[in-house]
Amino acid sequence: MTDSKYFTTTKKGEIFELKAELNSDKKEKKKEAVKKVIASMTVGKDVSALFPDVVNCMQTDNLELKKLVYLYLMNYAKSQPDMAIMAVNTFVKDCEDPNPLIRALAVRTMGCIRVDKITEYLCEPLRKCLKDEDPYVRKTAAVCVAKLHDINAQLVEDQGFLDTLKDLISDSNPMVVANAVAALSEIAESHPNSNLLDLNPQSINKLLTALNECTEWGQIFILDCLANYTPRDDRESQSICERVTPRLSHANSAVVLSAVKVLMKFMEMLPKDLDYYGTLLKKLAPPLVTLLSAEPELQYVALRNINLIVQKRPEILKHEMKVFFVKYNDPIYVKLEKLDIMIRLASQANIAQVLAELKEYATEVDVDFVRKAVRAIGRCAIKVEQSAERCVSTLLDLIQTKGLWVELGRLPLLLSDPAGSLLYVTLGRTSVSGPSNQAFSLLCGPRYESVIATLCENLDSLDEPEARAAMIWIVGEYAERIDNADELLESFLEGFHDESTQVQLQLLTAIVKLFLKKPTETQELVQQVLSLATQDSDNPDLRDRGYIYWRLLSTDPVAAKEVVLAEKPLISEETDLIEPTLLEELICHIGTLASVYHKPPSSFVEGSRGVQHKRLPIRSGSGESSESQDPGSGPGAPEAPTAVIPSQGDLLGDLLNLDLAPPTAAAPPPGAASLPMGGVDLLGGGLDSLMGDESEPLGGDMGGSPAMGSGFGGPAAVMPSSLSAPVGGGLGDLFDLGGGVGMSMGAYVPPKTMEMTLTNKAMSVMADFAIQFNRNSFGLAPAGPLQVPTPLSPNQTIDVSLPLNTVGPVMKMEPLNNLQVAVKNNIDVFYFSCQYPISMLFVEDGKMDRQVFLATWKDIPNENEAQFQIKDCHLNSDAASNKLQGCNVFTIAKRTVDGQDMLYQAMKLSNGICVLTELRVQTGNPTYTMFPSELQMFPSELQMFPSELQMFPSELQMFPSELQMFPSELQMFPSELHMFPSELHMFLSAPLQVSLKCRAAEVAQCVFQCYEAALKN
Amino acid sequence: MINSLFLINHSGDVFLEKHWKSVIGRSVCDYFFEAKEKAGEPENVPPVLRTPHHYLISIYRDKLFFLSVIQAEAPPLFVIEFLHRDYFGECSETVIKDNVVTVYELLEEMLDNGFPLATESNILKELIRPPTVLRTMVNTLTGTSNVGEKLPTGQLSAIPWRRSGVKYTNNEAYFDVIEEIDAIVDKSGTTVCAEIQGVIEACIKLSGMPDLTLSFMNPRLLDDVSFHPCVRYKRWESERVLSFIPPDGNFTLMSYHVSAQNLVAIPVYVKQSISFFESGSAGRLDLTAGPKQTMGKTVEGLVITIHMPKAVLSTSLTATQGSHTYDPTTKVLVWDIGKLNPQKLPNLRGSLSLQVGAPKPEDNPSLNIALKIQQLAISGLKVNRLDMFGEKYTPFKGVKYLTKAGKFQVRT
Repeated sequence: MTDSKYFTTTKKGEIFELKAELNSDKKEKKKEAVKKVIASMTVGKDVSALFPDVVNCMQTDNLELKKLVYLYLMNYAKSQPDMAIMAVNTFVKDCEDPNPLIRALAVRTMGCIRVDKITEYLCEPLRKCLKDEDPYVRKTAAVCVAKLHDINAQLVEDQGFLDTLKDLISDSNPMVVANAVAALSEIAESHPNSNLLDLNPQSINKLLTALNECTEWGQIFILDCLANYTPRDDRESQSICERVTPRLSHANSAVVLSAVKVLMKFMEMLPKDLDYYGTLLKKLAPPLVTLLSAEPELQYVALRNINLIVQKRPEILKHEMKVFFVKYNDPIYVKLEKLDIMIRLASQANIAQVLAELKEYATEVDVDFVRKAVRAIGRCAIKVEQSAERCVSTLLDLIQTKGLWVELGRLPLLLSDPAGSLLYVTLGRTSVSGPSNQAFSLLCGPRYESVIATLCENLDSLDEPEARAAMIWIVGEYAERIDNADELLESFLEGFHDESTQVQLQLLTAIVKLFLKKPTETQELVQQVLSLATQDSDNPDLRDRGYIYWRLLSTDPVAAKEVVLAEKPLISEETDLIEPTLLEELICHIGTLASVYHKPPSSFVEGSRGVQHKRLPIRSGSGESSESQDPGSGPGAPEAPTAVIPSQGDLLGDLLNLDLAPPTAAAPPPGAASLPMGGVDLLGGGLDSLMGDESEPLGGDMGGSPAMGSGFGGPAAVMPSSLSAPVGGGLGDLFDLGGGVGMSMGAYVPPKTMEMTLTNKAMSVMADFAIQFNRNSFGLAPAGPLQVPTPLSPNQTIDVSLPLNTVGPVMKMEPLNNLQVAVKNNIDVFYFSCQYPISMLFVEDGKMDRQVFLATWKDIPNENEAQFQIKDCHLNSDAASNKLQGCNVFTIAKRTVDGQDMLYQAMKLSNGICVLTELRVQTGNPTYTMFPSELQMFPSELQMFPSELQMFPSELQMFPSELQMFPSELQMFPSELHMFPSELHMFLSAPLQVSLKCRAAEVAQCVFQCYEAALKN
Repeated sequence: MINSLFLINHSGDVFLEKHWKSVIGRSVCDYFFEAKEKAGEPENVPPVLRTPHHYLISIYRDKLFFLSVIQAEAPPLFVIEFLHRDYFGECSETVIKDNVVTVYELLEEMLDNGFPLATESNILKELIRPPTVLRTMVNTLTGTSNVGEKLPTGQLSAIPWRRSGVKYTNNEAYFDVIEEIDAIVDKSGTTVCAEIQGVIEACIKLSGMPDLTLSFMNPRLLDDVSFHPCVRYKRWESERVLSFIPPDGNFTLMSYHVSAQNLVAIPVYVKQSISFFESGSAGRLDLTAGPKQTMGKTVEGLVITIHMPKAVLSTSLTATQGSHTYDPTTKVLVWDIGKLNPQKLPNLRGSLSLQVGAPKPEDNPSLNIALKIQQLAISGLKVNRLDMFGEKYTPFKGVKYLTKAGKFQVRT
């Protein structure tokens, strides 16, 4: 016996039958009849004719029947206002019922009846209910005020309900507080200037308390309300943030996003150097990532908001690129959003990964998505300018597999997009000051000459107007490099009138450009196109442009050249960014519709009932505020704003004060008109990529970046492994590479070598190994090819030693002894960086005369002196001297003062830099002074995890394996020293003092490291 | 907030509407139908739509669209979250039609003036008891109704999620640790990205007001967590234990996310070669599945699903294990392997026949993998112990682990 039976009666006399049943004496029959009425109502049938009969059933003590009648009343009271009055008495009576559930139900229903006559009767019961002893009734009444306000705002104000509502914010029950806040927020929306929600620290405190205790929906209301508050100073802002942060772990994603909004806003007030600021940034990432594992609809809203957050504070998610990788079964709207965020997060560090993904997407089925993916490659080139070349080669790879695309009939699509993207890349890199040759060489240089050829070959198959227009633009722009440019353009001219306007305009401009570049051969062509455009066309745009060109050419060809062939403005990353003030406003609206549409609420909220423009608070530390408001701008920001063509949305507004002087703005190159462009090249510079000196980009999948442990060793010293922290992300377990640079022991002229352990963890055989170093501080370079004896079969491990020399190109690295290495094989390219001990660069002729030493020591300014301590080293001065000699550190003199041995030493680097040191060795009793200071090194950690520390020792014994998984946590262990003080003493002795002088002060740190290593072994 | 709600079935009929403020005409749905038409697949309908006067926020579940209409600025997530709350467990057109009045009453209870009022299913069940066959019979005989007479006490207490006066003869507390692996593996077998989505589902049937503490052997694994409102966040922050007074019955205690690359083990690998010949309208397919990092457990319920290119008409394949089907209309090849035997790796090979004259398919089909591993949480998460305070009896306790494939995809 289910409700579906109510849907089955469709006979003619249905209403009549129901009427009879409603008036039945039997309670059960009455209820059944009302249910039938409700069922008809839910599917939209008109049962208003039964109004009096249903209202008659209202006076009952059966709660379900009462609820059903109320449901009916809410729906139809408006259409039968006179009849609805009949119900008022029952409502008023129910508002005094001893059962709070009935009181609440009555007041709730009354608020839903949108009939003026009834609302008058509502005021008294409502006033009573607002002060009801039962919180359930109070919270229902709070919402009722908002309903009443919607019906009759004046009445609510006159009756003083707003003040009562404000009082409810201090109610003892958190649910009442939440509902009062919700009601006030809704009322405030229609009264933008009223001080309904004037929050002060006391009320904020009440809200924060209620926040912990109310339901999830209440939390959203309170958080949204908090976001409107502006804290007085950074301390208040921090304390609010601290109390809001736990909401980030809520299961309800709306709560999470509202909390993110509050934090993003209040963070603005915090000084950036504050520890808490960093902590907060870290805490924001995981909840945002978690939102992406929810249902697709939630993901979509989350992604739109993340898009804003990434623009405002890219640092939050910069390590989370992978969660934005597109999955095959994501809905298309999620895919497109993910793609956009991927580009925003792209950086030099992850560009290889991003490009590999984009290339993958370009072979998907969905045409729209493929187009976006291909364009994304172009955008990447703008975003990460060092990668431009790599992006072009990725695009070319796609074109080269065109056989496949031709068969598909989708070649035009692919061609137009790489054409567009290449154009994007080219334009983007064409700098106003620099030569555009570089850009062109990207397109038509020896490596890519086939691109233009390929593109030109397929001109005929381009049937999409956009594609044709893009192609024509390229031919016109680079007319001087394309031998048969005139033929190509002429071939288009034949069908001029059948082309779309876009193509016609483009063709006109391209031919004029061609004429200005090669005037002799193309006079006929230009006349032809000008007459086609001006005389035979009735398109005003085309005609006008034709006339403009005509007059320009006839009056002053030089001026024409300046106008038509003007430098193009740069495309920069900013073009894609949301304008900063709008972004700030949107950040204040995270989680709302505004954040989904990326438009301010005033532009689309119904009737725009005067929504206030929200702004981020200004940081109290004055200097930083300007920087924080302009997220995209780099150091070159103060460039003339007129040079920037704003993104299309703002064009209209700016047209009014547009200076006509720059000819580029007056006549933008039509080919670029469809592209959002403008912006200043803030990044500048050429293509100084990581592997900038390579003749071939080491492109391809970064699918398995190496998990590596590399170590370098000096002649007499094997470096502790802590120095060889691997740099670079490790995704894969595919390939293990342990590297080490060192010199063979005992050899008189120690040849420099790099020791590597290669392990193949892939499933296939690896061969064709090659190695390359990036430019580095001391010009280290491989002295020979990488000798990997056999193809490396899966799971095989080999040790390789690579001879090194120091004649390679030089570029200062940070840290100085950093070395970036790329190892290539038939599967992939693996990048890693490692640090080598600087001692391998010490040469044998480092010895110097005492007098020279003394003179040099004095000669070097004192500010170049660096002092270090070497702890836990128990050596006397002779032993130390001997050990150091092995690394080509030569002791020049020794003296003893106050129980301290002073060693004066010198060494020389392969590039001729001399380093002088003074080593002080305590000869007396070892002291224990180090102990307390070491403990002070970790006080912060001690405070952070007191509980954990207590738990930890036992866990250590239980899960030794786990320890390996959390190397970072190992740093916390010094605090355990508490437990084993006795053991500690054994390791502690007086530190050795090293004073170091060198003209190149920056080598000091490296030299010290090598000292430490040498002395400890 | 939410003005109206429309329930729309697969064929585009509105079969239920509810308005919390003034009535909004059904014609507003036309904008939605337009978008639906444009999107093609129902999954691809954009969740937020703009019409001249309203905003439409929709979700698609169980072949039904839940379309809510809002008029002013509102947080869409709020609406979507609300729409995702289910009361009936399974939600289909027939279930809703069978219980239309209950649904209507529920919606009325859940929202007041468009503000969510009560969404905890515990409270709702107290307010309006879910219809069961037995109760329907009892009600017909005795004339009582499904609507609770009492004030839902829990709604006002500090623990609104738990109903009062719970009593069981057998006191039980069970936890299921369920982890899903989301991964993309590229054609060479390299993991492009991998993460684990974990949830702890609880089934608590305990009398009175039990106060539970659940601790883990290795809570350090969890750095990205979200909790049911009942969990005390302070204790988690300071001691890394879950301390809570549970709702009655089934609920999700916690969900977490492990994305650290080294912790995500990939349990299976698939060696695949799918190729199409230049001529002859045919292709070959050869798949082998094998265990990779299974922590010594058996992989069960292994199913490989391949979305074939449109041109593939039929397949002629033989499998060494399991069954396979190819649906020529949806172009989906499903190979149901079942249990994975490491000694004898399952293999599926054979030929694909293509539409005559069709060009060689361009897109590489991508493989989706489903699998199950019992008694294993692949992240290594382990529950240490469960303590109960506040009540005297000793409950039955149990923990179950399960690893599943979530969005597990192998590219070809």
